[in-house]
Amino acid sequence: MKTAPRKATALLTFLILIHAVVLAAGFAAPYDPVQQDRDRPYAPPAAVHFVDAAGEFHVRPFVYQQRAREGSFDQYEDDHAIRIPLKFFVKGAPYRLLGVIPLTLHLFGTEGGSVNLLGTDGYGRDLFSRILYGGQISLLAGLLAASVSLLIGTFVGGASGYFGGWTDSIAMRLAELCLALPWLYLLFGVRAFLPLLVSPLKAFLIVVFVIGALGWARPARLVRGVALSAKERDFVRAARGFGASHFYVLRRHVLPQTRSVILTQAAILIPQYILAEVTLSFLGLGIPEPAPSWGNLLSSLQQYSVLSSYWWMYLPAVAMVPFFFGYLALSSSLQDGARANKIEL
Amino acid sequence: MTRNCLQSIRRAAWLGVAALVCSLPVVLCASPDTTRAANTEFLVSRNPVGQRGGRLALSLRAEPKTLNPIIATDAPSREVIGVMQADLVHINRGSQLTEPALAKSCKVSKDGLEYSIELRRGLQFSDGHPLDADDVLFTFRVYLDEAVHSPQRDLLIVGGKPIEVRKVDAYHLVFRFTKPYGVGDRLFDGLAILPRHVLEKQYAEGKLAQSWSLSVSPSQWAGLGPFRLKEYVAGQRIVLERNPYYWKTDAKGVRLPYLDEIVFLFVASADAQVLRFQSGETDVITRLGAENFSVLSRQARGYAMTDAGAGLEYNFLFFNLNEPSAKTSMDAARRQAWFRDVKFRQAVSAAVDRQAIVRLVYQGRGAALWGPVTPGNKRWANTETKHQARSLDRARDLLRQAGFSWQSGSGVGKILLDQNGNPVEFSILTSSSNADRTKMATLIADDLKQLGIKAQVVPLEFRSLLDRITQTKEYDACVLGLASLDADPNSDISVWLSSGGTHLWNPSQAHPATAWEAEIDKLMEQQLVAKSFEERKKSYDRVQQILDENQPFIFLATPDILVGVKNNVGNFQPAVLEPYALWNVETLFLHNSSQAAGK
Repeated sequence: MKTAPRKATALLTFLILIHAVVLAAGFAAPYDPVQQDRDRPYAPPAAVHFVDAAGEFHVRPFVYQQRAREGSFDQYEDDHAIRIPLKFFVKGAPYRLLGVIPLTLHLFGTEGGSVNLLGTDGYGRDLFSRILYGGQISLLAGLLAASVSLLIGTFVGGASGYFGGWTDSIAMRLAELCLALPWLYLLFGVRAFLPLLVSPLKAFLIVVFVIGALGWARPARLVRGVALSAKERDFVRAARGFGASHFYVLRRHVLPQTRSVILTQAAILIPQYILAEVTLSFLGLGIPEPAPSWGNLLSSLQQYSVLSSYWWMYLPAVAMVPFFFGYLALSSSLQDGARANKIEL
Repeated sequence: MTRNCLQSIRRAAWLGVAALVCSLPVVLCASPDTTRAANTEFLVSRNPVGQRGGRLALSLRAEPKTLNPIIATDAPSREVIGVMQADLVHINRGSQLTEPALAKSCKVSKDGLEYSIELRRGLQFSDGHPLDADDVLFTFRVYLDEAVHSPQRDLLIVGGKPIEVRKVDAYHLVFRFTKPYGVGDRLFDGLAILPRHVLEKQYAEGKLAQSWSLSVSPSQWAGLGPFRLKEYVAGQRIVLERNPYYWKTDAKGVRLPYLDEIVFLFVASADAQVLRFQSGETDVITRLGAENFSVLSRQARGYAMTDAGAGLEYNFLFFNLNEPSAKTSMDAARRQAWFRDVKFRQAVSAAVDRQAIVRLVYQGRGAALWGPVTPGNKRWANTETKHQARSLDRARDLLRQAGFSWQSGSGVGKILLDQNGNPVEFSILTSSSNADRTKMATLIADDLKQLGIKAQVVPLEFRSLLDRITQTKEYDACVLGLASLDADPNSDISVWLSSGGTHLWNPSQAHPATAWEAEIDKLMEQQLVAKSFEERKKSYDRVQQILDENQPFIFLATPDILVGVKNNVGNFQPAVLEPYALWNVETLFLHNSSQAAGK
């Protein structure tokens, strides 16, 4: 019975780690995500070598310079004459760590030539850097939207379960309405009403707020269920008997009991909202180009030519897997934990 | 019950007879019908001789809206109607010059006001009814009738007066203009000659626009083109069969067309069309994007891909040059003040990397543009105006002259400020369904970033984009493309005239807003009535020069016409004019057509 929390801790550590990598995208990525290299569209991922073409071993890993074949647009071959050694802690494109500290130091890079570990897109932008920076936007969207949902859900659900009566009826009918709403079309509508010149930040916040605000119904229903049973508990009745105010009882006795439900919900909602952002950007409703997000990185796959010719354009989808795995495993282990607690009680 | 049985037996018998009758002309034509050839003035095609039989399949991006040539405007309808109808004088898509078609000859009077046309004798519509001058008279009466609302009507009005058509005898007609008309006999191209015996009744009842919809029965339909209607299946395909009365033969005297059938499949997306072509379901593919072209070239099996060279489509960026109205917000009015400054537009033009657009958007299969006349247009390019190469320094100079300045920004690079110290920021609209133009806009935005301009690309659904440009006029800049139908400048006249509906930067003006727009108006009128090609060319050259100086359009690039065809299709000669692949459909044939037909 002790394994469940330990598993949860391990998963949480794993999640924090991969989030930290994305958070420090500026440092971990060798290039500016919007910088175009117009001579190298759709360059394939560069292979990192230790042994060169002549069979000689090098301590410092290197890549070969890629050259477009004569008269070709997207066919590259390695130029074995030019080795580009990979260096750690090199100076490169300026960025702001955590959005504040201005820096130019990058984890790795090259001096002269370029290294595209995961290839480039149609504008010659480094896909590796774009996936990391795109993660910042997609993950932040998931986290923010989930907090908005949970915040509204907890308040509405708590109040409706605790007070009952017509408050409950109204809140729950409203929740059902929200669940029935086709949110995709609502977002299409919202986007149509916005002015044309929306900064990427504003567009981002609007998307996050709308998907978050629409998703409160499900957590609200769960919280209401817990509050409904909690308010009948003896210690809650006792507190009321001693003259505690509704607000005090809600805050001190009812809501704390919903904690495990909310945590589990968070672990389910965050990946769900990451996916929602990806879907929206894929459809062109999310973050506008040239800013990267996982969704708009994948949107080029809508074209058959990209789909069939450049396999590395799928990689943003692969990058999402550990995040989804982490969150969903966490939510199931939290559920296990909650079940175990109940049995012990 | 018995009656039904009887009927079905009778019907079966009739069908048998009908099948026999139907097969007759084919059999007859296989060995040329000498009696008919004696009194029919055939046009003898100079194409290499092919062989009869087989069917050709290709995809259309949408269902045609109508089979009625009088009211058709959409590209799928025009493409289908194009192979079912014929005109008096036709523009050869290969040479871009006119040649006689239904008319045996077309003579111009000395003053350039009269065209005398002599029809070929012995021609018949696809239902066997003979063609004579009355059909031509009827056709022009219909096109010129205001109540019919034919889009071709405008072409037939010169100097405010409609063209006069007079019948001399059954085979001779005279067309008279009130002013000389620079377009000359190109005018007749695309004006399908209509069967009076089929349509006169509908016309008298005022129902012409509703007739010949897609659901028309093949027996109610007649034309002079190489193919006639056989079958239409809603949402799937339209099948055309050989017109047994067609008026062209090959050098050996075999009546054209060679093909038995043409099938147009309705395949909505470009990608799905590629898959159909790859799997062998269609024989020809046109309107290909460069990316799909290279996918198909890489895996070419049993088909050949052709780059026919630059077409007539020109893509451009333009700014909102409308007069601000009371409804225009302060911010928008401020931005539009920059756009009206010619130096600002010249600076943007100087900063745009057109070669990168050709390389990244068209994968090198296209050409950079500095004017509306593409390299695909053989006769009209102004070779005098020299375009300057991309130069950010020149762009900065121009901006400085216009009173802009730079502030060293807190982040990367500098920010461009206008005369009042406001940062220069605007949005660029593109159609969300056109990946190519969105890509162009993204590249331009990145070019402008180097000048300190913040441009945001906004892909919009095409209809709402058009609404913003022509109706509400709430936009900053836009990337669009136009495809001329003909190499002649007149096909674009509504783009250049300040009163024109497609004068995109400031459409449908009551009076020209600027002196240079007034001059363009005058020059376009001049070339319309000029008598010689040289005179017309001089006027249009000057138009191109004015466009270059004032940059209402910042021309970007033109894509090549890219087509693919199965190896067994003969006489395939793609052209850069529409319809790119089917312009010589009557001479297309299939090698080993017995196998192809069996499939």
